[in-house]
Amino acid sequence: MTIYAKGVVFEGVDFDNPNHWRLEEYVKRGGYAALKKILNEKITQDEVIAEVKTSSLRGRGGAGFPTGLKWSFMPRNFPGQKYLVCNTDEGEPGTFKDLDIIVSNPHALIEGMIIGGYAMGITVGYNYIHGEVFEAYERFEEALEEARKAGFLGDNILGTDFCFQLHAHHGYGAYICGEETALLESLEGKKGQPRFKPPFPASFGLYGKPTTINNTETFASVPYIIREGGQKFLELGKPNNGGTKLFSVSGHVNRPGNYEIPLGTPFADLLEMCGGMRGGKKLKAVIPGGSSAPVLPAEIMMQCTMDYDSIAKAGSMLGSGAVIVMDETVCMVSALERLSYFYHEESCGQCTPCREGTGWLYRIVHRIAHGEGRPEDLELLASIGDNIAGRTICALGDAAVFPVRGMLKHFRSEFEYMIEHKKSQFAALS
Amino acid sequence: MLSQESLAQIDRELAKYPADQRRSAIMGALRIAQTEKRYLTNELIEFVASYVRIPPVAAYEVATFYNMYDRKPVGKYKLTVCTNLPCALSGGYTTADYLKQKLGIGFGETTADGKFTLAEGECMGACGYAPVMLVNNHSMCNHMTPDAIDKKLAELE
Repeated sequence: MTIYAKGVVFEGVDFDNPNHWRLEEYVKRGGYAALKKILNEKITQDEVIAEVKTSSLRGRGGAGFPTGLKWSFMPRNFPGQKYLVCNTDEGEPGTFKDLDIIVSNPHALIEGMIIGGYAMGITVGYNYIHGEVFEAYERFEEALEEARKAGFLGDNILGTDFCFQLHAHHGYGAYICGEETALLESLEGKKGQPRFKPPFPASFGLYGKPTTINNTETFASVPYIIREGGQKFLELGKPNNGGTKLFSVSGHVNRPGNYEIPLGTPFADLLEMCGGMRGGKKLKAVIPGGSSAPVLPAEIMMQCTMDYDSIAKAGSMLGSGAVIVMDETVCMVSALERLSYFYHEESCGQCTPCREGTGWLYRIVHRIAHGEGRPEDLELLASIGDNIAGRTICALGDAAVFPVRGMLKHFRSEFEYMIEHKKSQFAALS
Repeated sequence: MLSQESLAQIDRELAKYPADQRRSAIMGALRIAQTEKRYLTNELIEFVASYVRIPPVAAYEVATFYNMYDRKPVGKYKLTVCTNLPCALSGGYTTADYLKQKLGIGFGETTADGKFTLAEGECMGACGYAPVMLVNNHSMCNHMTPDAIDKKLAELE
């Protein structure tokens, strides 16, 4: 797999050096300089948050919420424990960027979290890591131990009165825990079932205490912003879409991998960096932001730039930056069938529209894919979708519906063909 | 019921959380127990619950909610293959079919000699390395083409 590192998160990482992830190497490439700068120059909490706001950093987990604004919601003077949580529960099909961060540059995340803790007056943090990448969890534990020994974590950091403890927690196979309140439940040792919002985690989070949750890549971008300035970060991307971003490219390209490029880069350029289409085949469609993002056909995608605003304008979402590329041979009914199965399998079961509706969606797409579709099925899919989306506690219901809507919008004729002829024009997934 | 080493590992999990929030350690504790005993019986879940000092039902609901906890006997090597869309675009189903044919079992089954269990997995967050397979929940194997599977199976004694 390729890691194309021309951005802030992997800045200076020499992937050929087997020790590149270690603290010593991180410090050599300017690591922990941002933390030292804050503590030595006594930069205030407000100044740190202002710098993050200037950078226009937006949440890299999927929602794209402005990070500086989120940090300013934390009631800093709350009398009692507050928590900082990192969401490394990366399970959105197509997404594998945070895995490479905790494996290849874990200290950037650790430093980002320490700075976040300082800015919001928080002394305890947890990083919740996807259970399936257990070896990466062990790597992160080792990096934490290095940071503790070096005095960057723990009590009286670098001889000041600032204290911050950070621990790793792992999931064990539940997509839903990527949803932030489900993640908090799971961190409390419960089933990962999302909570009603409000109250939001900023007022009622982990153990009922004020909590800020950010994505791995978001935290890992923070040291650069403090070291180089928010303005410089902003200028790497485009207005309202500051910085560089990791794109996880999978599917039918010659070089799948993580590509850290400026927000606003044309999709056509990204495809070229990936070595173009595998086998020289023609691009058919792209899911631009993880499996929950509506699919876009090639002709629309080739006009898009890779940033929150451009992809939203095209009718999809940048999400986590997971780009699933499909060539002309892919049967879209078969592709949707697999995704619909996933949401049905992963629904936590708490809300009836999602628990039952995702099963209905899957069974209908399944029967179409197996030559048993009925003429009324496409209207039925749309109607079930309308009865799930917006009617559940969390966004998993919406996430199950968006791929269905996207497919029916752009590739309806394939579904109609299959219902009429009882077979696809294309081969099923293999 | 568990070795001293496993108990020491559970103690380290407990130390991560506030003293009045021992329940948080249950996910790690069940994982440690499963790693030692291969799968979780109700007795083992109850033992772990009592060690963490939470009601058995609280541990049981965690063991049943998260799909990497095994509550039925599994083979010496549990092979979980991802067939989600990104893996399927790179041969995930070919990998799964090859394993089924080679081991003579389907998803959710164990070979007669008790050596291998085959499972279908959901996205493991490593799509750039597709197709991917997990061995015993913790060891990720990348680019699992039929050749790579032959090699891997030969390594697993």
